[in-house]
Amino acid sequence: MVVYEEKYDVVVVGAGHAGCEAALAAARMGCKTLLLTINLDSVALMSCNPAIGGLAKGHLVREIDALGGEMGKNIDATGIQFRILNTKKGPAVRASRAQADKQMYRLRMKYVLELQEKLEIKQGEVTGLHLEEGVVTGVDTKVGVRYPGKTVIITTGTFMRGLIHVGLTSYPGGRAGDLPSIGLSDRLRDIGFTVGRLKTGTPARLNGKTIDFGRLEVQNGDEVPVPFSFSTLSIDRPQLPCHIAYTNERTHEIIRAGLDRSPLYSGIIQGVGPRYCPSIEDKVVRFPEKVRHQTFLEPEGKDTVEIYPSGLSTSLPIDIQFNLYRSIEGLERVEIMRPAYAIEYDYVDPIQLHASLETKPVSNLYHAGQINGTSGYEEAAAQGLIAGINAALRCKGKEPLILGRSEAYIGVLIDDLVTLGTKEPYRMFTSRAEYRLLLREDNADLRLREKGHAVGLLPEKEYRAFIEKKEMIKEEFARLKCCRITPSDTDPGFLSTHGLAGLQNAITYEQLLRRPDITYRELGRIDPCSMEVPELVREQVEIQIKYQGYIERQLLEVDRAAKLEGTQIPRNYDYKSLSGLSAEVREKFIKFSPDTLGQASRIPGITPAAITILSIALKVLKEQ
Amino acid sequence: MYISDTIAAISTPVGEGGIGIIRVSGENARKIAGFIFVPHKSGGLKSHRFYYGRIINPADGTCLDEAMVVLMLAPKSYTAEDVLEIQCHGGYLVVQKILELVLRQGARLAEPGEFTKRAFLNGRLDLVQAEAVIDVIRGKTEAALALAQHQREGLLSRKIADIKEGIAESLALIESCLDFPEEDIEFAGNAEITNLVGNSLEGIDTLLRGYSEGKLLREGVSVLIAGKPNVGKSSLLNTLLKEKRSIVTSVPGTTRDIIEEVVNIKGLPVKMLDTAGIREARDEIEQEGVRLALEKIPLADLVLFVMDASRTFDSEDLLLLDAVEGKAVLVVINKCDLPVILSLPPEFSAWQTVEISTATGYGIDKLCNQIYATFFHGDAVDAREYVAVSLARQRDVLIRSADSLRTFIKNFNEGLNLELVAVDLRDALNAVGELTGETTADDILDLIFQRFCIGK
Repeated sequence: MVVYEEKYDVVVVGAGHAGCEAALAAARMGCKTLLLTINLDSVALMSCNPAIGGLAKGHLVREIDALGGEMGKNIDATGIQFRILNTKKGPAVRASRAQADKQMYRLRMKYVLELQEKLEIKQGEVTGLHLEEGVVTGVDTKVGVRYPGKTVIITTGTFMRGLIHVGLTSYPGGRAGDLPSIGLSDRLRDIGFTVGRLKTGTPARLNGKTIDFGRLEVQNGDEVPVPFSFSTLSIDRPQLPCHIAYTNERTHEIIRAGLDRSPLYSGIIQGVGPRYCPSIEDKVVRFPEKVRHQTFLEPEGKDTVEIYPSGLSTSLPIDIQFNLYRSIEGLERVEIMRPAYAIEYDYVDPIQLHASLETKPVSNLYHAGQINGTSGYEEAAAQGLIAGINAALRCKGKEPLILGRSEAYIGVLIDDLVTLGTKEPYRMFTSRAEYRLLLREDNADLRLREKGHAVGLLPEKEYRAFIEKKEMIKEEFARLKCCRITPSDTDPGFLSTHGLAGLQNAITYEQLLRRPDITYRELGRIDPCSMEVPELVREQVEIQIKYQGYIERQLLEVDRAAKLEGTQIPRNYDYKSLSGLSAEVREKFIKFSPDTLGQASRIPGITPAAITILSIALKVLKEQ
Repeated sequence: MYISDTIAAISTPVGEGGIGIIRVSGENARKIAGFIFVPHKSGGLKSHRFYYGRIINPADGTCLDEAMVVLMLAPKSYTAEDVLEIQCHGGYLVVQKILELVLRQGARLAEPGEFTKRAFLNGRLDLVQAEAVIDVIRGKTEAALALAQHQREGLLSRKIADIKEGIAESLALIESCLDFPEEDIEFAGNAEITNLVGNSLEGIDTLLRGYSEGKLLREGVSVLIAGKPNVGKSSLLNTLLKEKRSIVTSVPGTTRDIIEEVVNIKGLPVKMLDTAGIREARDEIEQEGVRLALEKIPLADLVLFVMDASRTFDSEDLLLLDAVEGKAVLVVINKCDLPVILSLPPEFSAWQTVEISTATGYGIDKLCNQIYATFFHGDAVDAREYVAVSLARQRDVLIRSADSLRTFIKNFNEGLNLELVAVDLRDALNAVGELTGETTADDILDLIFQRFCIGK
């Protein structure tokens, strides 16, 4: 083994969506960083859907951006269709989504990595970890180089012992066209990690020239694309449409006829797949009464004819795939450019992580992305960013950045993973966030910019812009609280439109905006000044005023939980010495070894009484 | 687990004492006193002074009881917080009603051992005492758990589970609209959601009416008297009641309906159900009685398997033996004053056996002890307290849940944003979850994926 001459602060294994954020964060925070990938031409590759965002995922991207991550900027620069979802619902569940130009997305990200100071990216397959007394000190590659690193972040995606299935045929691969990573998961198992197996899948890529788009429903992006990043001013790239097609009874018959050669139904696939992203055969079997299933035909880029048919992932044999896709109206002549497949891969049970994403068994080792059992580019990037930040903070001898469940979807994501673990690929949904009304896309900057700045990740220019926005919001609030309308001086037409004809006393603009029927636009009729306030400021002020009641309720709950969340449990706390716990509860505490009382309270099967006993014992410990 | 809120509980054994004490601790204690207590002599309450007056329901001005009240302001109190103690007449319903009144004014029912816990956390107890606190909490929790275990199998918990299911389903319907706007799924109509929620609310209201009539106290623990005809089931019930209520004759198969009576066993109110004799019925009316009896078996917390010492074990006894499989059973051998012929087959060896005679009264005390012991092991535990506490908790939880559901219905009908009304529904669900176990975000997602074909 050749020991490489440089010693890195942070070594990142894997250059997917988690690895890129991790490496950029660490380097931007001033750490000497190395990013290793099996294939330099697959950096930030979108292995599945060529899209970023969606419900809860868009939220994650905005949070990543607010903290100083790259994903939002990258999609803004390479997106080919932008849409805001749920515009008819409230602000908390509005979310951004964009189709990406897949090749441009990966190339831009690679270029950003290449230009980043203090960051080196190299091709190389990591097969082993080098440990000294329970602390990781470097990684070993297949060709015999040891790269020393103070900290190591593993972001292997679906690559560890990846096994690709098309019908009854299977072969090792990290993704179609890429080699798997062999050896690393065995090494992790040897070290003492619990390694499990998950499964996911992707549809075929279709040749757009062989699709009769004229017969399909068109879905266009928003007229004015709204960027993901708080720093992107506008998006002026041309936008491409998606198309909507449907399966039919014949498609379903073809699928049923192929089930005997399905690796899923013949029991060949052992890994657990995601409930929310079933293959088309799964949907047909589980919902036989449904006469059709929808698919969005998404362009993979502006310089390619490849089309991604969402919702049609399958692991059925290739001959079934031909017939399946061609049975769909508009796709009768379709040519498959890349077959659909399922992939099984190793993941490491995330309850073996601290909320910093550092592993419990090995110090200075961090895991992020699909290795932790998640699914999705955004979930991966969010973890990568946190792992990168925390590895860098470790190098600087500082406390880790841990986001609470009330602060960010990233906090919910990581807390769910490290306290509950996961049995299937974990995807974020807004319903997972108990403080959903607080965690909106629109206020991600207000929630997280300060934190990004504090750890040294946010460029000064972006931080100043944020401070300015915050000031303006404050001023606008102050203005609305003191400006009033009086019944005598106000346009009677305005008053009667809004049922205020009988108004006796003056009311403030703030009180006015609280009414469901009065928006800023309406207010503008009697208050021309308000139209001079920047739109993003107005949006923020209006949301906060309109939802004040519910927001305050959630804040109250956050307050109540704060005590538990803030109480740390010492590492290696001896639960055996704690009298008063049932054997079952004690075992759970030992297995999950929670970092805080808050985490402990969320472990399934832990009673409030057990938490009380633990809290008393911790207080005793503290006073001794 | 909240340290800043106000807690309340009955701190005297319920039911038998001359006075009952309700203790309130936390920052709202003084305010609550102001709401519900009207002192005989007007003027405010000074700390650490006893006041005589009336407990008034501020909602309608009715008087619940005369009471002595003492307010102990922080830090000079047991918990080092503001503490209010209300001493009233000791009857179960009075004490319970006053506690409910206190809870409605913004207090929360205390967890077992919570006053002591607060005393400790506020620095009123030393480290040595802390260990004792842990033991108290453990003891009390285990007893409460044991009781909850019995209740879980009972009818009441089934009703609560139904209510919860309805709320969870409506939440799943709403969440599906929020999280999956792009999916090709048919969202539930408003009518379906309001129906589901309406049914749950109705279910809660029905239960709550039961509490206020004191009916559910009796449903705390139920014991079913079963056996073949003419082994003395009704005589047993009457002996326990010490008065004749059901018709007792020596003609087999007389008791055809289910007879319910509440018997006070060592202060624990136990609902006794007397059933028709189990055998191959000879006519339709008897058949109905047997069917009713068999139906009740799964719902009972304990089955008294009554047999006749003067008769042999026969196929009719076997019928019942099959029916009680998996239940908690206490074997009662009656008519021990007569020559003993009965010998029990080996299947009975796992169960406790008590020999009695309803004719002479022999063994009845032992039987009562045994019934009591089935529910509450150990002497340290005051069973009555747990029945009362658990009932108060159920009621408290159900009221909170119903309030949230009403807010939900109002806001939902007014067309408020779905993500806002979801908060009300989640509050309702969390409240009921305190009784039946939590419904996690993942459970809701499960419901969504079961119902809808989702996946892009």
